[in-house]
Amino acid sequence: MSGLDHQPPPLFKQGPAPLALLILYVCTSISLLVLDDRFRYLEPMRLSLTYVTAPLKQIVQWPVIALTTVDEYAVTLDQVRQENTALRQARLVDAEKTQQLQVLEAENQYLRKLLETKRVLGARVQPATILYSARDPFNRRVILDRGTDQGVIEGQPVVDDQGVVGQVTRVAPDYAEVTLLTDRNQSIPAQVVRNGLRTVVFGTGDGRLEMRYMSSNADVQVGDWIVTSGIDGIYPRGLRVGKVESLESDPNGIFSKFILTPAAGMGRYGEVLLLEPVALPTDRPASLDRAADNATGTTMSKKKRKAQ
Amino acid sequence: MQIDFQSSRLLRPARPGFIRLTLLLAFLMNLLPTSFWPWFPDWVALVIVFWSIRSPLVVSTGTAFVLGILMDVVDGSLMGQHALAYVLMSYASRVMAHRILWLPLKQQLVNVLPIIFIGACLQVLVRWFAGDELPSLFYFVQPFVTVALWVPATYVLMLPQFLSNDRDFERPI
Repeated sequence: MSGLDHQPPPLFKQGPAPLALLILYVCTSISLLVLDDRFRYLEPMRLSLTYVTAPLKQIVQWPVIALTTVDEYAVTLDQVRQENTALRQARLVDAEKTQQLQVLEAENQYLRKLLETKRVLGARVQPATILYSARDPFNRRVILDRGTDQGVIEGQPVVDDQGVVGQVTRVAPDYAEVTLLTDRNQSIPAQVVRNGLRTVVFGTGDGRLEMRYMSSNADVQVGDWIVTSGIDGIYPRGLRVGKVESLESDPNGIFSKFILTPAAGMGRYGEVLLLEPVALPTDRPASLDRAADNATGTTMSKKKRKAQ
Repeated sequence: MQIDFQSSRLLRPARPGFIRLTLLLAFLMNLLPTSFWPWFPDWVALVIVFWSIRSPLVVSTGTAFVLGILMDVVDGSLMGQHALAYVLMSYASRVMAHRILWLPLKQQLVNVLPIIFIGACLQVLVRWFAGDELPSLFYFVQPFVTVALWVPATYVLMLPQFLSNDRDFERPI
């Protein structure tokens, strides 16, 4: 009868009242939510908890990575040959473009020196691989295999071979979270290639981008390419953002809204490049500041911090 | 087999060690990179609700809170989003336990569904207040998939309780 040699259930000793515990935990959760969403005070706590979850995550990732490796191993020789031919052709095209680019860059640098302006394009890049997209269905995010250990910092722009993918929004020692351009809270200063018209491109959350509040006579046509304008000091100038797909005009006729398809492969798995944020002076010259502006200046910077 | 109070079969008590092991396994299954399928079940929610009903002295709102915070960290979601949902789910399960355990397994399903569905909707609501985008409609399939696993989960999670040390077919244990 070893099956019954247990203690009887503690009928009267049931710990603190469940309702009291419920109220305690609900209040804690809600305050955590507010602290995290409004003030972002919880990043250190999150980072320290990552040390607990990271080994578990690696254990779970292991079979997935193993499966991917097996899958890669099982490609046929024919596929490899085809890919090889395609890559050779692509390399030829790229080589020619690179040569042109070198000439252009040299010329550009010479001209910039003449103008005594700063070098605009960030040079240091770091390749990274998209591991998977975050399970959270409320945000457009992907996880990269590089973290603070490899020198990744918050705010770095991420691009792929087609265009801008997004921006690093959270870093742990061994991985980085990238918020995609298509996220609803993401925006990027851009300009139309054809005529240099400056604008801001917003994510819509459903996998597309949009340019809001354009004047109804703005010179933008369907099929125009939109590139980064580089005035934010984060994204280098001239990276592809998207292509204008359609126009949604406002019935009042004051503003019009353009829908863009993103240039980069959003949410696709593969290789991306982490760029160094371009360090342009972001502070206003002191001569422009007035006493009344100081208060608004601080609130602006807070909003900006949250948006990043 | 006794999966509700109407059966007369006696069960061995659930071991706290086994309960914690199942919680860990559920957490690991939630870590799988399954973001491509938004309908993929929330294993942690299922196991928390299950043990909150079966042994509320081992798994209660505290366990739910800790697991919720860990889920928030690994998911990269808002701190407290999963925690709030799990805590409320656990409490609701505990309150409804006396009723649910008297029902046959299929009717238990109907009673568990609102708990898990409201838990999922609560997360949507929290993120909506925070100004994030709404998830795709497939996200709302997820609670139904989770609840559909209630029947297999009952048998799997109670397996050690069904096994007796010295089996005697004359006795009901």
